[in-house]
Amino acid sequence: MFSINNLLETENRTDYPDFHPGDHVKVYVKIIEGDKEREQPYEGDVISIRGSKENKTFIVRKISNGVGVERIFPFNSPKITKIELLKRGDVRRAKLFYLRKLSGKAARIKTKKS
Amino acid sequence: MNGLLGKKLGMSSIFDSNGIIIPVTVIQAGPCKVVRLRTAETDGYEALTIGFGERKEKNLPNPTKVYYKKNGLPAFQVVKEFKSGNPNSLKIGDDVTAELFKEGDKVKVKGKSKGKGFQGVMKRHGFGGVGGTTHGQSDRLRAPGSIGSSSYPSRVFKGQRMAGRMGHENVTVRNLKVVKVVAEKNLIFVKGAIPGAVNSIVEIIKTS
Repeated sequence: MFSINNLLETENRTDYPDFHPGDHVKVYVKIIEGDKEREQPYEGDVISIRGSKENKTFIVRKISNGVGVERIFPFNSPKITKIELLKRGDVRRAKLFYLRKLSGKAARIKTKKS
Repeated sequence: MNGLLGKKLGMSSIFDSNGIIIPVTVIQAGPCKVVRLRTAETDGYEALTIGFGERKEKNLPNPTKVYYKKNGLPAFQVVKEFKSGNPNSLKIGDDVTAELFKEGDKVKVKGKSKGKGFQGVMKRHGFGGVGGTTHGQSDRLRAPGSIGSSSYPSRVFKGQRMAGRMGHENVTVRNLKVVKVVAEKNLIFVKGAIPGAVNSIVEIIKTS
């Protein structure tokens, strides 16, 4: 398949911790307000990692004021300054879209015992 | 020199300076070689003929083969003429590369669209189809409807849009922005889609 990464011999970002679906992460996103730039953390569970090469994205889901919020991040986005891995999740699926139908205690993800 | 020949490689996306994703088409633009100079003295207008790609020499017409041999040129897949204000600045056999373009240039891209085969009027001309399926109507959902009046004029007007072969025609997309140029690999990144299938030959013409 066609890929700019193959063409220009570039790689995806490697400065992230090794995170997987089910993990609880904190993504630091650069935000431009007027002419000022600041970092905003976005904390939630990774529910999907899809694509490869420069098309790779991941979805982080969190519950904000009782409303489910999902954010799709392009893996190589220059807006992401840093990702912190807070908890490893113990899940059996690669895509955790079933969480959308659950709420409260049922929507928790088990922490992986290491 | 206002244009280049290239090959469509495919689509993907890159980030702009604000970190926003933009869709791009990557074109292998060149390296092209100058095949012929058209000057005001000899031809009455000024242009450069350039060649791109390669094909087997045995498939060239004989006069072309002789001309190429005389000028030490390889067998090109395509040869096209482009306007040039100053054709004498280059010689026959000179390379024309993607460095012709730079970031922020506006270009138009000419290509041959993908062939769609025999298509109905809805896909080919954007007709709406014939209404609903009630009142005993069936099999008419994608039909063209009436194609003209009755006893006068007793014929169908020329140019009536009907079903038929669609695609595989010359298409120009204007006002495309060059977002990136990789000179050493002769690659041009153009924002948006361009006509044709992957690996098809396109003309890229600078408009700004």
